[in-house]
Amino acid sequence: MVEDLKVRLLHALEQNHRIATKTLALMLNVEETKIQEIINELEDVKVILGYVTLIDWEKTGHNDKVTAMIDVQVTPQRDVGFDVIAARISRFPEVKSVYLMSGGYDLSVMVEGTSLKQVAFFVSEKLATLENVQSTATHFVLKKYKQNGIIFDDHKKDHRLVISP
Amino acid sequence: MSRSFVKKSMVTLPASGIRKFFDMANTIRGVISLGVGEPDFVTPWHIREASVYALEKGYTNYTSNCGLEELRREISNYLLRRYQVEYDYTGEIIVTVGASEAIDIALRSVLDPGDEVIIPEPCFVSYKPCTVMAGGVFKTIPTREEDYFKLKPEDLEKAITPNSKVLLMSYPNNPTGTIMTGRELEQIARIAKEHDLLVITDEIYSELTYTGNHVSIASIPGMKERTILINGFSKSYAMTGWRIGYVAAPEEIAVAMLKIHQYTIMCAPVMGQMAAVEALKNGMEAVNKMTEQYDQRRNLIVNGLRRIGLPCFEPKGAFYAFPSIKETGLSSREFCENLLYEEKVAVVPGDAFGRCGEGYIRCSYAASVEQISEALDRMERFVRQNAACLKTSGMAT
Ligand SMILES: Cc1ncc(COP(=O)(O)O)c(C=O)c1O
Repeated sequence: MVEDLKVRLLHALEQNHRIATKTLALMLNVEETKIQEIINELEDVKVILGYVTLIDWEKTGHNDKVTAMIDVQVTPQRDVGFDVIAARISRFPEVKSVYLMSGGYDLSVMVEGTSLKQVAFFVSEKLATLENVQSTATHFVLKKYKQNGIIFDDHKKDHRLVISP
Repeated sequence: MSRSFVKKSMVTLPASGIRKFFDMANTIRGVISLGVGEPDFVTPWHIREASVYALEKGYTNYTSNCGLEELRREISNYLLRRYQVEYDYTGEIIVTVGASEAIDIALRSVLDPGDEVIIPEPCFVSYKPCTVMAGGVFKTIPTREEDYFKLKPEDLEKAITPNSKVLLMSYPNNPTGTIMTGRELEQIARIAKEHDLLVITDEIYSELTYTGNHVSIASIPGMKERTILINGFSKSYAMTGWRIGYVAAPEEIAVAMLKIHQYTIMCAPVMGQMAAVEALKNGMEAVNKMTEQYDQRRNLIVNGLRRIGLPCFEPKGAFYAFPSIKETGLSSREFCENLLYEEKVAVVPGDAFGRCGEGYIRCSYAASVEQISEALDRMERFVRQNAACLKTSGMAT
């Protein structure tokens, strides 16, 4: 029951973390204090890791960021496999995400910088030189169409009549 | 001056009560609407995509009068799988232009002049006019909040006269959101058999039930032969604009309905039919996702309405809450008009769905959580303001 409530709460927050606890309480049919209690607990145990905002920087005219997806091949280490090297790569603030992949390479690393040069420099100087990193292939992002399930230019509009039977 | 060419009965037939309210709401900017009788979701992409694909492949033709064979077969499978009712796709199912057309051809194919149609109210706005246009006479049964607006067997029995031929009902209900359980339907079925009534059951909201599975009255033993079952894609699959519904009935009645359909409509649009096939084949996951969302909004709106002092019974189906506004001292119309002008929230007066809907308003929760929350805040302010006015005017007299 509580487990079920937790899952429903997480689904709701995943879609929109700005929903007021008051609203969540009404939606999920429990007391507001209970909602707050569960959220606190989920934050404490790091099930909820953070709340981020998805921004279309292109629209602001202040888009001075360059993003690249980098395919990294590494030599797994005895006992710890990919975890230690992945953790190490994750520590760089330039690195926005790190995933272990199946297929032709091992780690997919997303890097953000202020220029092509800066990103390229980071890859050649910091990433490629790490022990156990065998090779890298850098792909720069040219345009974002959809992220986190949200389409950037969705032109979403309610076409319904104000009142209908 | 030339004479009026309009048929007399069309002059006297009242226009929909919702229409007037729509015209009013439409002139105001920044309205949050809980007045919409259709999903706020767009049709799931895989269904839209199937229709695009159909167009690309050149499906732009008529289909057989009763609809694509593949679609009728899917409908037949669906009805058996979901509601345990068996209909032969070759002679007992017709694909229609929405449930709306199905209601019309069902009534027109069974009513002789003067035949009575019993209609529990509050109900969908087209039932009474369609009965009149089909040459029948309607007899309404008011239902009550204390019975959760369910049809009571004793009320049905009292309404029956020697001229009664049809019982026309819809559960889950628009506007109340009430449902009828299997056991409750059995009692209705017993009376229908006893008095040799035909039941026309509009089950357009059948997928949108939140506390257990929908039961179709057609699945009760001995009922299929006296039931016309209406359903469609508008609500469950968020496909209102596609205009695809269907009707299932014993062959004798289906033959009669098909005549009206073939001469007046020919067939439902093919692109919509192709989309409906995809909906039935692969749409269940999307339906479940939408139902989950509706369920949370249902809690939000019912709890929210109760909190601001508008008593509301728990609606177990469709996407409407039907709270009482009696304590505000306003009529449904006054409440809705004032709310619209003062707080820019649109809801529909309950009496648009029958006289016993007076004292209630229909709030649709086919709106986003943010919109519902904002609408509730505005309604709370409105109700408080109104209570304060009521108090001072009470002191003055
Ligand atoms: C009870 C009921 N029946 C039928 C309809 C019409 O459905 P369709 O879009 O399939 O014509 C509606 C739509 O509001 C409804 O609420």
